[in-house]
Amino acid sequence: MKERRFVRELLESKQRVMVLSFVVGIVFLFLVIRLWHLQILNTDNYQTMSENNRLRFVPIAASRGTILDRTGTVLVSNRPSFSLAAVPQEVKDKEALLTLLSSLLGLDRADMAERWEKGAGRAQYYPIVLASNLTRDDVDIVEENHLRLPGIEVEMKPVREYTYGQLAAHLLGYIGEVSEKELNSDSETYNPGDYIGKNGIEKALEKELHGADGGRQLEVDARGRVLRTISERYPTIGNSVMLTIDAAIQKQAERAFGEQAGAAVAMDVNNGEILTFVSNPGFDPSLFSGRLPAEVWKGYLDDKRHPLENKALSGQYPPGSTFKMITALAGLQNNLINESTSINCNGSYKLGSSIFKCWKKTGHGATNLRKALRESCDVFFYQLGEKLGVDKIAAAAHAFKLGAPLGVELLNERGGLIPTAEWKQKRFGKRWYHGETLPVAIGQGAVLLTPIQLASMISTVANDGTIYRPHLVKRIINSDGKTLKETKTDIIGTAPFSKESFRLVKQGLLDVVNAPGGTGAVARLYDIKVAGKTGTSQVVKLRDSKQGTPYQFRDHALFVAFAPFEKPEIAVAVVVEHGEHGGAAAAAIAQKILRAYFDGKKPVHKEAADLPKENDGDEELTNNDAGEAGAVKEPPLNNGDAAHD
Amino acid sequence: MIDRRLITNIDWVLVGLVVTICLIGIMNIYSATTPYKIVGTAYYIKQFYWMLAGLIISMLVCSLDYHILEDLSYWFYGFLVFLLIAVLVVGRRSMGATRWLDLGIVTIQPSELMKLVIIVTFARFFNNFHSVGGLTVKEVLIPLSLLALPAALIMKQPDLGTATLVILIALSMIVYVGLRWSAIATFICVTIPMAWLSWAFLLRPYQKNRILDFLNPERSRLGSGYHIIQSKIAVGSGGFFGKGFVKGTQSQLRFLPEQHTDFAFSVFAEEWGFVGCLLLITLYISLVLWGLNIARRCNDRFGGLLAVGVTAMLFWHIVINIGMVIGLFPVVGVPLPFFSYGGTSMITSMVGIGLLQNISMRRFMF
Repeated sequence: MKERRFVRELLESKQRVMVLSFVVGIVFLFLVIRLWHLQILNTDNYQTMSENNRLRFVPIAASRGTILDRTGTVLVSNRPSFSLAAVPQEVKDKEALLTLLSSLLGLDRADMAERWEKGAGRAQYYPIVLASNLTRDDVDIVEENHLRLPGIEVEMKPVREYTYGQLAAHLLGYIGEVSEKELNSDSETYNPGDYIGKNGIEKALEKELHGADGGRQLEVDARGRVLRTISERYPTIGNSVMLTIDAAIQKQAERAFGEQAGAAVAMDVNNGEILTFVSNPGFDPSLFSGRLPAEVWKGYLDDKRHPLENKALSGQYPPGSTFKMITALAGLQNNLINESTSINCNGSYKLGSSIFKCWKKTGHGATNLRKALRESCDVFFYQLGEKLGVDKIAAAAHAFKLGAPLGVELLNERGGLIPTAEWKQKRFGKRWYHGETLPVAIGQGAVLLTPIQLASMISTVANDGTIYRPHLVKRIINSDGKTLKETKTDIIGTAPFSKESFRLVKQGLLDVVNAPGGTGAVARLYDIKVAGKTGTSQVVKLRDSKQGTPYQFRDHALFVAFAPFEKPEIAVAVVVEHGEHGGAAAAAIAQKILRAYFDGKKPVHKEAADLPKENDGDEELTNNDAGEAGAVKEPPLNNGDAAHD
Repeated sequence: MIDRRLITNIDWVLVGLVVTICLIGIMNIYSATTPYKIVGTAYYIKQFYWMLAGLIISMLVCSLDYHILEDLSYWFYGFLVFLLIAVLVVGRRSMGATRWLDLGIVTIQPSELMKLVIIVTFARFFNNFHSVGGLTVKEVLIPLSLLALPAALIMKQPDLGTATLVILIALSMIVYVGLRWSAIATFICVTIPMAWLSWAFLLRPYQKNRILDFLNPERSRLGSGYHIIQSKIAVGSGGFFGKGFVKGTQSQLRFLPEQHTDFAFSVFAEEWGFVGCLLLITLYISLVLWGLNIARRCNDRFGGLLAVGVTAMLFWHIVINIGMVIGLFPVVGVPLPFFSYGGTSMITSMVGIGLLQNISMRRFMF
């Protein structure tokens, strides 16, 4: 009995071993399936992860290219700036560390914590920038407390230095930390915390200026210790941009504006190079690359003169009487007037039931084209405009390439507005009334031009119809000083008016500045013949606006000019926002710009120059003499270009 | 005592499998410890010595007829429980746990020995306990209490890994003996609330963390889940053919934790790929099935029970270690027998092999 049970038990257990063997096989099969899953199916993923594990890329920031004026004067360069960065994996107690940092350096703890959070998602051992623009003292403090601050590094990055502070701020623009959007659109070039051009030339020529960051590919172990450098790529310094503007003239122009808001553009009549590009008031571009102090930002926003707006590029103003040269050319071309056509101005013009007033209440009496331009008679142009109709005026303006952006290198150039009957139909769904043409003829109504367009317009008149693309970049130079690109003169059109028409109009413009009764006498130079045209553009329709008008409702003062009259070289357009007084304020600024230009061209006089060496030969044609402007100046790269003869 | 007949009956398959795995393990330890700064004898040399020592011990173990264990088993059991209590009272603390007992000449790890002693104890118990058609609930209570005492003492150290293994070995033996369905049902009904209670009161936070990390390794990329992720990267990046000997980046750059001991398999998987893993796993399957085969061939119940117990011990070590390394099980400090660096594990496993050899050699004696 016991034996039998024993045998039965033994048999039972032998069967059970078979079952157990089967179970063992199944369990091992699971392990193999899992290995298959890891090593065969997902091996690519894991291989990438293992690569990322051992390879660490440490970027070396490229030094940004400099920005020069046409004479080679450095306008924007770089200086070292220190920032505080943390490697999260090496920090044991984040909270304590932040507290310590804020007490040592007086930094905003919440701000650092926020940056930490934002940066934490990046690759391991990638330093997160906690604070920028540390002072040398801050850097010393960090170094001294090095042992108490594990995982904290001081990084050196080059930052922008603006030689002349606010000079040409809108033109130069500024840089700032790359935004999330910019980062996503070009994640190859940029890393978080990198700087990118945000505005002006800095933005428009970002690709040239930025250069290529270098980096080191490091092999590290699990603790982030560097084992060896696998490869190293040196950063490529960004290219330098040489602008067409002349810092000396620019400085005089900005000084001439003083506290007034407005814009000025001076252009080379023979190639479209912009010599001066002012939008006033300016701002301090260096403040924008760091964290802009709230009160400064608020100050800029609250300023009625809108310092952050690039008025030269995107400010659109009714051109006022400066537009009369277009109306005049249209009239001459269409044979509606000639040199001797004369009308009688008695101070106003009646069309139907509407009365259109001349700026001179008493009237100009008998007025021909020359007088109408000189004294800016409105009635003459009302009558001419009525005969022309809006579309012929618009055709003339379009022949000048007005009404659309001219294609300067900067972004957000506005196109102004030249109204036509079709435009009104499209825009408002209403037909054009004849009475609406009359304000257009004197540059009011819906007509809008930017300061750049105003400069282009007067330049085209000066050179008898050639329209050059206005441009700001003269050439691109690499870090070795080699010219990579030279901006070619680009003729974008020709205004098809006869030489005689231009002569007649220019005759009037010469009188504006030089003849008795001319409205632009303020712009007169003692040695050079200047021709120009004043303009006033109404901001709101106020009858008999007097001194009591609030600032923002006062008329804009405009002035466009070219010189020398005989052989034009420079064209200038000035808008003084709410400047009033029939363009005199603008003409005064234009005069100073022209003065600076022609002074810069003069050979150095023995008595004027402080140079110990006498070297006033014919070749010495630099723009040395622009007052105190050139105080900190580097030797001109190519002074031959400064001369225009 | 060793007569000729025994020597001719030496189980060469068993010896061959064990030595092959040991040698692959030594080669792997060589690679895994290359990035280490080594003072004195290199790890792989030491492991080689451990292997030799282990083989000698296993020879000693098989030289004595295993039936004497039957008489000594309860003495062993009593002595081990005493040692486990001693560990808790006077044991040496290291890394947050008290596992070692300093006996003057040698330091021993009683919990490690308990794995073997529980096998012997259970074999003895079930050998004298006959039940046809499986154990009833009542019948299983005695062995369970025999298990509960040392298991609780080991957990108290705390050494979750060893405690789990001791329990798994014992349960495997119970399964081998057979349970009635009613017992299985009762068992399940008791275990689930027990598990809940131990989660709530017994487990240490680090143990809970390990379980939580296992369930979701991404829970803390740089915390305890880090080990699993790095190990999976190592294994996965090995691909089909592996990165080559001493060329595994995860191991050579020390991304793996404890890569010459508990994570030795991931070093191997990274460098030898799926092909290598398949070979190693085949060797282990063969070893386990061979162990069961020894149990099957053995014509005495005590021997069969011992063989199943030892095989279960090896099996659970292998499955838990590899499972942990490839992210199937939580990280518990369980070494891979004959493969992970370490004397304790080598000796314990070799004693087990000695027992198997012992049983295999004497299979014709009944």
